[in-house]
Amino acid sequence: MIVSAFGLGRQRRVLPGFGLSLGVSLTFVSLILLLPLTSLVGQLSQLSWSQYWFLITDPRLLASYGVTLLGAGVAALFNAAFGLLMAWVLVRYDFPGKRLVDALMDLPFALPTAVAGVTLATLYSSNGWIGRLLDPLGLSVAYTWVGIALAMAFTSIPFVVRTVQPVLEDLPAEVDEAAVTLGARDGHAFRRVILPYLWPALVTGTGLAFVRSLGEFGAVIFIAGGKPYETEITSLMIFVKLQEYDYAGASAVASIVLATSLALLLAINLWQGRFIKRLHGGRP
Amino acid sequence: MSIRIARIDKTYGAKGPGQTRALEPIDLDIHDGELIGLLGPSGSGKTTLLRIVAGLEQADSGSIHFGERDVTRVHVRDRRIGFVFQHYALFRHMSVYDNVAFGLNALPRRERPSTEEIRSRVMQLLEMVRLQAFAKRFPAQLSGGQQQRVALARALALKPDVLLLDEPFGALDAKVRQELRRWLRHLHEELHFTSLFVTHDQEEALELSDRVVVMSNGRIEQIATPDTLYRQPANRFVFEFLGDINRLEGDVEREVLTCGNARIAVPGIASGRHELLLRPHEISLATQASDRAHLPVTVSAIVPVGAEVRLELEADWLGEPWLATIGHEAFERLDITRGKRLFALPSQLHRFDAAQPTTLIPATAS
Repeated sequence: MIVSAFGLGRQRRVLPGFGLSLGVSLTFVSLILLLPLTSLVGQLSQLSWSQYWFLITDPRLLASYGVTLLGAGVAALFNAAFGLLMAWVLVRYDFPGKRLVDALMDLPFALPTAVAGVTLATLYSSNGWIGRLLDPLGLSVAYTWVGIALAMAFTSIPFVVRTVQPVLEDLPAEVDEAAVTLGARDGHAFRRVILPYLWPALVTGTGLAFVRSLGEFGAVIFIAGGKPYETEITSLMIFVKLQEYDYAGASAVASIVLATSLALLLAINLWQGRFIKRLHGGRP
Repeated sequence: MSIRIARIDKTYGAKGPGQTRALEPIDLDIHDGELIGLLGPSGSGKTTLLRIVAGLEQADSGSIHFGERDVTRVHVRDRRIGFVFQHYALFRHMSVYDNVAFGLNALPRRERPSTEEIRSRVMQLLEMVRLQAFAKRFPAQLSGGQQQRVALARALALKPDVLLLDEPFGALDAKVRQELRRWLRHLHEELHFTSLFVTHDQEEALELSDRVVVMSNGRIEQIATPDTLYRQPANRFVFEFLGDINRLEGDVEREVLTCGNARIAVPGIASGRHELLLRPHEISLATQASDRAHLPVTVSAIVPVGAEVRLELEADWLGEPWLATIGHEAFERLDITRGKRLFALPSQLHRFDAAQPTTLIPATAS
């Protein structure tokens, strides 16, 4: 009887509020996410394909892609290793001040990225605290790709720590113990047993960190210096074009960043889905 | 390989009131090829003892020998043990084959057998646990019983000196548990590994073990064969833990125990207040009281299960109802229905309040 009241073949849901909550969610997704994206596409529509192609293959811009990818790549790899270590230390050991370190991990999220940028630039410039020490060794961090990678690593490390940490917490102690009772050395147990457990989370976290770094602006520009063809990142190029009131050009560059990020996020999601399915025997 | 556990004790927590003693100093000798069950309620220290033998935990003092080898300070991975966990602890990202091969692959290069040897050894183990067809599956695709068999094969792959099992069948349902128990006993008869397993299930301990170690509060209460354990429990705890019990408390005067309007003649018992215990199968029922035993009861529940009928008996002289198991034949002969009034006739009574536990035979004939 209830079914017929709600239309034929339509099952009544147990959880109430489906229509309302989905409606509100979709409205917000549209307003906050999709509407700005639509305006981006709107800007792009003023360009012809050849104009678009010309804009996005500008040699200065191409160089900026290289710098951004290199910086983000190095930052992501650094974070994968260091973030895993941090998560490991926070989950597996007890030490005084553990909660403080745990809270500090979120600092890059909370801190305005510009503050991070200014701080890093001051530290690593040739007369900053650390830069002064590195200078005689012939190492310069500020105004090189190393500085860019450093700033990117700073802002994106929480992604790795916060995705790996809960998975590591859920890892049953028995699994470690089983490996050890079977005679595995620590390294072997870590590589063959623990790492595969963490692998999906680690890849996701690293991927997110990479994507975040691709679009990082505030933290990077101060330390990058913005020397054309050398330390100019793609998001800076967007900023420059906007300052020149070249909205169409800015949108064209933005669309590249957006497409890359979306493709990466999608790829990570698909891969993770397949990985989990494989564990449950979904393999042909 | 025999196991000698000497003066092992363990305390958790810092010194002070919050400190808990997990194990009193424990001595235990396990002979080569023996299958020993550690039986006790939760918190009795049985798992702690097992984990100390495995090397997964360290004792505060005492020593452990495997044969002549002192392993007290030897790391788990070098103790040559096989360990089976309650929740299997299989590596979920590895196939069944890789799980079983893990220990062999983890050997240092010069001790590691060739790939073909590993292959034949793993397949042989999988055949032993009857899972050859499942070699390529992942743990999540197997039932609980199958997963535990994989865990056993994995633990046996390195031919351990000692096999340790922590509530191995605890997470499985009753039927599978029964099957695996039988299978483990056969396997043990075949391979003769020395084995120590933890359980809180009396039936499991009695069925599997050559000897049972009953533990409570970090102490060993009794070490005995299942038969002795059941017939001659060392103390009240063991008696209570190994099965259902009924209590009879009353005052004894001139070898007759009186409790309300119930009384029973018990030859050889001293005067004074006594608590006597008896098992459900040590009660028979009659329509008439004898002149030596007058224990009127009312049947309050009937459970006809298996070879016998379980009855709950109530009486105003009893604090808590008695449980009796009688044969179907007697059940029919007495024409028992709920609410029927009958007389209980104990065949034996056990006494644990004296220094030595004693079994008393009440006078039945008049």
